[in-house]
Amino acid sequence: MLSLEHVSAGYAGFQALFDVSLEVKAGEAVAVIGPNGAGKTTLLRVISKLIDPTAGEIRMEGGALTAVPAHEVIARGIAHVPENRRLFPRLTVEENLKMGSFVPSARKKYTENIELVYKHFPRLKERRMQLAGTLSGGEQQMCAIGRALMSGPRLLLLDEPSAGLAPVVVQSIFELVRRICTEGYTVLIVEQNIRQVLKVVKRAYLLEAGRIVLTGSANELLDSKEIQKTYLGL
Amino acid sequence: MKYGALALLAAVPLLGIGNYPLHLVIQVLLWGYIYTSWSLMGRLGMVSFGHGAFMSIGAYGVVMLWNHFGVSPWIGALAALTATAATAFVIGYPCFRFKIVGHYFALVTLALSEVARLIIVALRDQTGGSLGATPNSALTGDASMSLAALQFSNKIVWFYIVLAVWLAGLWIWRQVDRSMGRIALQAISEEEEAAASIGIHVTRAKLRITMISALMTCAGGVLYAQYQLYINPDSVGGIAISLQMVFGAIAGGMYARLGPTVGAAFTLLLAEGLRYAFGNRFPALDTTIYGVILVLFIIFMPKGILGAAEQGWRKLTAKSPARA
Amino acid sequence: MDIFDIFLLEAVLNGLLLGGLLALLSLGLNLIFGVIDVVWICYAELIMCGMYAVYYLYVVYHWPLLLAMPCAIGIVALLGVLLHQFVIRPVLTAEPINQLLVTGGVLFFLQAAATLVFGIEFKNLGVALPSIVVGEMSFSASRLVAFCVALAGVLALYFFLKRSYLGIAIRAISQDRAIMPLMGVSPARIFVITSALGGALAGLAACLLVLQYDTHPAIGLSFGPITFLICVLGGLGNMVGGFIAAFLFAQFISVGGFFFALEWGYVFSFIFFIAMMFWRPQGILGGK
Repeated sequence: MLSLEHVSAGYAGFQALFDVSLEVKAGEAVAVIGPNGAGKTTLLRVISKLIDPTAGEIRMEGGALTAVPAHEVIARGIAHVPENRRLFPRLTVEENLKMGSFVPSARKKYTENIELVYKHFPRLKERRMQLAGTLSGGEQQMCAIGRALMSGPRLLLLDEPSAGLAPVVVQSIFELVRRICTEGYTVLIVEQNIRQVLKVVKRAYLLEAGRIVLTGSANELLDSKEIQKTYLGL
Repeated sequence: MKYGALALLAAVPLLGIGNYPLHLVIQVLLWGYIYTSWSLMGRLGMVSFGHGAFMSIGAYGVVMLWNHFGVSPWIGALAALTATAATAFVIGYPCFRFKIVGHYFALVTLALSEVARLIIVALRDQTGGSLGATPNSALTGDASMSLAALQFSNKIVWFYIVLAVWLAGLWIWRQVDRSMGRIALQAISEEEEAAASIGIHVTRAKLRITMISALMTCAGGVLYAQYQLYINPDSVGGIAISLQMVFGAIAGGMYARLGPTVGAAFTLLLAEGLRYAFGNRFPALDTTIYGVILVLFIIFMPKGILGAAEQGWRKLTAKSPARA
Repeated sequence: MDIFDIFLLEAVLNGLLLGGLLALLSLGLNLIFGVIDVVWICYAELIMCGMYAVYYLYVVYHWPLLLAMPCAIGIVALLGVLLHQFVIRPVLTAEPINQLLVTGGVLFFLQAAATLVFGIEFKNLGVALPSIVVGEMSFSASRLVAFCVALAGVLALYFFLKRSYLGIAIRAISQDRAIMPLMGVSPARIFVITSALGGALAGLAACLLVLQYDTHPAIGLSFGPITFLICVLGGLGNMVGGFIAAFLFAQFISVGGFFFALEWGYVFSFIFFIAMMFWRPQGILGGK
């Protein structure tokens, strides 16, 4: 469904991604793991075209994204849950969800979709009139994911969903992600919490300093001595 | 070369150019001085839309004290300067203390210039309101000048007075630049927190510059009143004049010392040129074109004529490194 | 002595009516600032253009008033878009002070162009609405109409911003501009729409003002500064704050003008503003 071929990207002054190639097949759950500063967030931002790649090609369901401006990516079926949730703090939960439904194709299905989101996240339904900025970390993450789901995407990009959350909450978030994966969404998740994320996805890539250095099934990576030593402290 | 130009400038009245052209030169120097006063703080990010208030305190201060109480403009000027200093302090201190900057500062100062203008209009019985006021003439009979009343009918005398004041303005600019304060102010205008952390007393420094700028502008108002011999609330105060100062400085380039004067020359020459070309058939054509030019300047030449010229000059004279 | 002075009440009520109109004026400015982060210093001059538009369509071209007014609103909305596209956009990434100055340049230009094209004479619409007398108080019908329409406009804007997709997007973009593309919203497009909306609000204000006041090129100076001050008092960008501040200001003007001469009312309101700035620099409901 999604493929990156030899993608390089960066910001004014420095390059963050070097010759990155990866793919996500329909219905798969794939993770990109790696340390802080590896370029994981940049990777997702390149896919959703918040920044333009300096080299390489990105394809979604066969169509190239090179010429697609950022605000049209969602219409291609890609929904991006940004780092740090990035809810609109002074909008209510329901208004945030409504923003997720802004694309014309999603508006028709608004009632359907919001019922679905409330079903998955009953806590959000309780708090639908509350200002998003006053929610707890876990609730905000739920709301952010719900907002992305409102557009009826085929591919979900999750940027470090567990960041900044208490361990107990982290558990429930990953449980959520697992549920989403089983619902049939294709998911590309970027994470620092390697142990947890590898339990949820099928495949993973290891990104270090902007380059893919390792790839394989989740189990392979969990068993790899490298990962165990460097990242899992074993 | 600088002194040569200066000598040339000083010799202008002796060239016998006639009263009207001399009047234009005086206007350029006077407004150049006033725009320079504004730029003293404007170039450091403290963009004030309220300098009309200081100018009108100066102008109305001397004229009212002279007309109603016979107080010599010299004393009147002192009174006006004191009032200006007080006003600048009362507005400036809280602004800088509470970090009112940017938009908010511009709008607070705008309120100030409007308050000043409105008070002048409201006191119409004393000030003449919107109709304006004229200082009572001290030149009786054949007298062509009265030093005590600061009135001179001979434009040449005015030329030298204004020239001296203009030069004084440039000198003050350089002094401010030279004092340690200048580096501090540059730092402040860009990075207040950083400046404060290396011990620069931000509020005090900003206040000092504001006071100097205000006092200079006030003096400009005094001179304007005594030279023009007619003032009204809109010609020396209010938002229109405040904006005019801002734009004159911007057009010429407020970062360079001579920039504001170039701006004054530019505005006046534009107005005169258009009047020459079209006569009085199209009133406000000059300001219309001026408005367009201003907008274009800010978009394409935010450093003004002089700033752009300086940049162009630097590019022309830059030597590219030799390639092996 | 009777504390209850009927004419004081009249002044207070007139202040209320004025407040409604000022609230409408401030809304447009706050909207633009809240979304695009630019202060349209020339806002009052856009209103002036609207007033001239109504005048020319109605008095010179003899259009019916109810056709001239919506048309004028459309014209000013278009001016808003043109202003944004050609003047604001180039300086969006420059220093904020340049944005302030560039709209100041447009202020100059519009005033001068109006003088050039329309002349300096005061132009009156020639629509005389009666006075409405309540007991010993009299109120001008045009003021009442202006108040009602202004309030209707405020309500319409409120519901638009609260319920519609575009309205929510406009509120969202002022809270987090960077992620708007992720929702499928192009910030550039929202800016254009907001500019049109700000212009339309100015146009509406123009229609209401032209019923009460004569038009002339410098009329912007009469209510421009007040509008800015109201916005800043309420917290720049804060529409509820601006709404409240508008009524406060109007009371100062009206009641102050009642006890002293008209100008003093303005003086007091401005001094009130300056004092408030020192007490609460971010405005009554301002956040930052």
